[in-house]
Amino acid sequence: MSTAALKAGKGGTAAKSTASLRHRLAERGIDTSLLMLVPALFFAVALFIYPFSYGIGLTFQPSPEIQQQWGGGMFANYVAFFKDSFLFDSVWLTMRLALPVAIFNVLASIPVAFKLRQRFRGKKLLTTLVVLPITLGTVLTAQGLLIFAGRQGWLNRFLIQIGVIDQPVAFVNNYWGVVFSLVISGFPFAFLLISSYLSGIDPSIEAAAKVMGANWQQRFRRVILPLLAPGLATTSILTFVLAFSVFPSARLVGDAMGSTRVMSLMAFRAFGEQNDYPMASTIAIIMGLIELVVIAVILVWRSTMYKGSTGGKG
Amino acid sequence: MAIAASTFESLELHGVGRSFGGRNALVDLNLTVRAGEFIALLGPSGCGKSTALNCIAGLIPLTHGEILIDGKRVDTIAAEKRGFGMVFQNYALFPHLTVEKNIAFGLQMRNVAKSEVKRRVAEAIALVKLEEHATKLPGQLSGGQQQRVAIARAVVVEPRLVLMDEPLSNLDAKLRLEMRTEIRRLHTSLGLTTLYVTHDQEEALSMADRLVVLREGRVQQVGTPQELHNGPANWHVADFMGYRNLIDMDVTAVDGDLVTIQDKGFTLQGTATQPVSVGEKVRVAIRPEDLLAVSATVPVRGGNVTTGFVSVVEYHGREFAVGVTTAGGQGLHVRSDHPPVVGSTIELTADPARVLVFPTQLANPITLSAQERELAEVRG
Repeated sequence: MSTAALKAGKGGTAAKSTASLRHRLAERGIDTSLLMLVPALFFAVALFIYPFSYGIGLTFQPSPEIQQQWGGGMFANYVAFFKDSFLFDSVWLTMRLALPVAIFNVLASIPVAFKLRQRFRGKKLLTTLVVLPITLGTVLTAQGLLIFAGRQGWLNRFLIQIGVIDQPVAFVNNYWGVVFSLVISGFPFAFLLISSYLSGIDPSIEAAAKVMGANWQQRFRRVILPLLAPGLATTSILTFVLAFSVFPSARLVGDAMGSTRVMSLMAFRAFGEQNDYPMASTIAIIMGLIELVVIAVILVWRSTMYKGSTGGKG
Repeated sequence: MAIAASTFESLELHGVGRSFGGRNALVDLNLTVRAGEFIALLGPSGCGKSTALNCIAGLIPLTHGEILIDGKRVDTIAAEKRGFGMVFQNYALFPHLTVEKNIAFGLQMRNVAKSEVKRRVAEAIALVKLEEHATKLPGQLSGGQQQRVAIARAVVVEPRLVLMDEPLSNLDAKLRLEMRTEIRRLHTSLGLTTLYVTHDQEEALSMADRLVVLREGRVQQVGTPQELHNGPANWHVADFMGYRNLIDMDVTAVDGDLVTIQDKGFTLQGTATQPVSVGEKVRVAIRPEDLLAVSATVPVRGGNVTTGFVSVVEYHGREFAVGVTTAGGQGLHVRSDHPPVVGSTIELTADPARVLVFPTQLANPITLSAQERELAEVRG
C-alpha cells in the first residue's frame, strides 16, 4: 500500500493524481466494503438466478406425452398451455380473483389510512387491530374462516337464528371464501403501505387547499390523489402480486377444481400429481409474465403522474 | 390594479380561546381589526400565535369565544367558505402543479370563468414578478420565489383577510428584508387586511400598524409599534421589544413616578410603569441603546450614574457594544462611542425616563375570566 503510494507519488505529474491506487479505487467505490455484498450475491445466484434460468430451460424440454399430444417441438409446453382450455382458463380464474381483490384492498385502505392519520383517542388500538391479521398465517386465516363462516359455522347459525336466512349460505369453499381470505391477509398490507405514503404528504398542503375554498372532494381529487398516485401504483402492484400467486387459501377455502382453480394450483398439479416438471415450470413462467404485463400497465399509468417530493416527512 | 381586496368593516375576536386536551394554547383573545389594517401577532414559540391564526382560518375549531365579521359569526363557517387567504410557514404549495396552476387553484374553486382566471393569474404573477417562472413546478424555484408564489396564491382570490404564518422564517437574512418590504407594498397597494404571525420583533415593528404580543396563550399588550416600543406593558413585552437589560432590583425610594432602585453596588433612578412601594422587588428594563458609557461627548443624564467593569468590547460600526459587569456580578449590555479597555472600570448613565420599572409578578390571576377561574379550580 505504501509502495503503491510511493509509485504514484514518483510517477505523478501535475495532471496526474498523486493519490495512491487504493485511494483512487476507493473514489470510484471499489474498496473492501464491497465484500459486504458477497452474501447477498451468493443467495441471489444460488436461490434465484440459477433456479430461474434452470426453470426457463426446463420449459423448452417438454415431456414426450405433451409433444405427442400438442406438437410444437420444443415449444410444446407453451402450445399446450394456450390450447388446453383446462390450463388456459386458470389465467382468467386467477385474474378474476386477484384484480378485484387488489383494487378493493387499495381503495378500502385509503379512507382507513386517512382516518388513522389524525390523532384521536384509541388510535393505536385501532391501528393494531387493522394490522394484526398480517401476523396470522394463511392457513390460520383459512382455518378460522372455515370454522366461522362454514355451513355449520357460527355466522350461518347466527343468521338463521335471527331469521335473516333459512338455509346456510356458502361463504366458503367457493370464490368468495378465497376473496375473504385474500382481503384479510392483503388489506393490512395495503393499509400499511398507503399510510406511509399518506404520511409523506405535508398536511399543510391540504390545509392550504381548504383555506383556498376546496371542499373535501375537491381536495381529495385535485391535491391528495395526484400526490398519492405513485404510492397507489406501488401498493396496487404489490397487493396484486400477492393475490395473483394465491395458493393455500385457493385450496383450503376455495373450490380448488372449480371457480378457484388458480394458476399456482395448476402448476402444483403438474408438478406434484403428474410429475411433469417442464409443464409446471411453464405455468410458473407464464404466471410471471402475466404479472409483468399488469405491473407494466400500472407503471405506464404512474409515469404520467407527478413523481417529485410531496413535502412531508416521507 | 384589478386585484383588490373585498372589504368589510371590522373583524372582531371575542374571548377567543383554544385548549388542547386541558392545556390552554390560547386564552381570551379580544381584538378588533379594522379593514385595511396590518396586525402582527408577536411572541416566542409556543405562545399561541399560530393557534390564533389557525383558529381564525378555521383550520382549528375554537373552544371558547366567537369571531365576527361585521357582526356576523364566521367561526361556525367551514374554513373553505370563509374566503380568506393564507400564507403558510413552509409555503404549502401544491408540488404537482405549476406556478400558474397553484395560483389559479383558489379561483377555480370559486368557479371563476376560465378567461377571468387566466387574466387574474397573469396579473398576480406580474404582481410578484414571476413571469418567467409561470410554468415551472414549485420544486424548481428558490425559497424566495416559492414564497412569492404563496403570496400571489393567497391574494389572487381577493380575500377579505390575509393570514400569514411566519412567512419569512425560512428565508435568509437578506431575502427576508426584501420580502418584508414586498409584503408591506402589496398590503398597501391592494388594500389588504393582514394578520401576520411572527416571533421576530423587528419584523413586526417595521411592518405592522398594530401589534399583539402574546405569552403562554395570553395577550400581554396590544398597540402601535411606537406604543409598544416606548411603553411596554410589562417586563415580558419589554424583553421582546429589545430591552435586553432586565435586572431584578429593590425599590429604595418613590417620588411620584420617579423611583430609586438599588442592586448590590449600584443605584439608579427610573420611571415606574405601575405604582410600586419602597422595599418592593422590581424588574428594571433598559435598552442597551439607553445605557451609555460616560465620555467627553456623553454627559451624565438626570444624575443617573453607576460604575462597572468592562468584560467584553464588540465593534458595531458606528458604536461599540460593551459588556459590563457590576460589583454585584450583574451583566449589562451597554453602548459606547469609544472602545473602553477590557478590565477597566467605567461610568454608566441612563436617562431616568428610559429606565422602566416593572413589577416582577407577570400573570395576574384577576385578569382571568370567571369561566377560566372555574376551570382552574376544577383542575385543581
